[in-house]
Amino acid sequence: MAILPITSVSSATKEMASWRTSKPVIEYSKCTRCEICWKFCPDVAIDLVIDPDLKSPSDRFKTLEAPVIDYNHCKGCGICAAECPFGAIEMVREEV
Amino acid sequence: MPLSIPREEYMLPGHTACAGCGAALSMRYVLKGMGPKSALAIPACCWSIIPGEFPYTALKIPMLQTPFAAAAAAISGLREGLDAQGKEDYNVLAFAGDGGTADIGLQGLSAAMERGHNVLYVMYDNEAYMNTGIQRSGSTPFGAWTTTTPVGLKRNYKRENKKFVADLMIAQNVPYVATATIAYPEDLSRKVAVAKSIKGPKFIQILSPCPPGWFFNSADTVKISRLAVESKVFPLYESKNGKFALYKPAKTASISDYLSLQGRFGHLREEEVRLIEEAVEKRWSSLLEKEQN
Repeated sequence: MAILPITSVSSATKEMASWRTSKPVIEYSKCTRCEICWKFCPDVAIDLVIDPDLKSPSDRFKTLEAPVIDYNHCKGCGICAAECPFGAIEMVREEV
Repeated sequence: MPLSIPREEYMLPGHTACAGCGAALSMRYVLKGMGPKSALAIPACCWSIIPGEFPYTALKIPMLQTPFAAAAAAISGLREGLDAQGKEDYNVLAFAGDGGTADIGLQGLSAAMERGHNVLYVMYDNEAYMNTGIQRSGSTPFGAWTTTTPVGLKRNYKRENKKFVADLMIAQNVPYVATATIAYPEDLSRKVAVAKSIKGPKFIQILSPCPPGWFFNSADTVKISRLAVESKVFPLYESKNGKFALYKPAKTASISDYLSLQGRFGHLREEEVRLIEEAVEKRWSSLLEKEQN
């Protein structure tokens, strides 16, 4: 059988963290789980998870899905921090 | 919160787009709208390298790499081949940059639309040949700096106006033509869903800001895309079976707000900005007229 140039390995197995100069950090006590950061992430590096241990502005937000940043794939573009309507995401410079 | 766009992801993390890439967001939203039963053709453009080097792929759907001019011809063939196998429920789409659409791929696109295959052609418009190093394309707007319009002492910025491919497609009576941009993902995925429901050729043009090519901070990608619509530089419209509808932004912004964020327009003088404003105003009123007729 001929060998076809077909790609099959998921790019999610790659690490992109070295591309980053600063990283987004979510302040969960300000996060209302609006998922706007998830919507605008060009790297699909924000997962939505229900985690009652995360802080929230009030208890009624605790049952909602919270955004969690996947630091293996985030390239640190800062769109999430710029688009967050509550200022709950801060870009923190990466230490070398 | 209920999500405003489909949850399923067909684009994977770990792709090699630059940080803050507008084209990556375009692909993400288009695939969310198209769903898993899709086949994709990509000509030479940024997206021919974004899925990653062999053996990696960042897409969950099959993708075919085509020569620069051949995206539309390739999807015509894919469509007819799938139909011959009885797989009519598969969607076929092309995802091409502005160079591969407005310049090099234009004849192939025009011919495929004329033959009337049941395909969707998506043009992600980053307004220059970004993959090869920011050379001007037919879709680069007036006044922009690129490496082939380098401004300099003779002020050789791009002197020609942008070619609006979506307008050409309307003139060709394509059943569904729309423009969209990444700051409005709900609108974009709705337009893709409408395109999916129509049998026949479809064309969507998506303005995809490019941080390294337009010289702006990568965090401003969505903001610039929004300003392009609010300042009427990139009007959002839709033409379904000849019925034309123009989106009138509720909030308006000035054109200098849009231009001042981008380094590629940094050299423009006041009178040159006024020329751009006049051209934008003229195009806006001609689109309004088109809607009324």
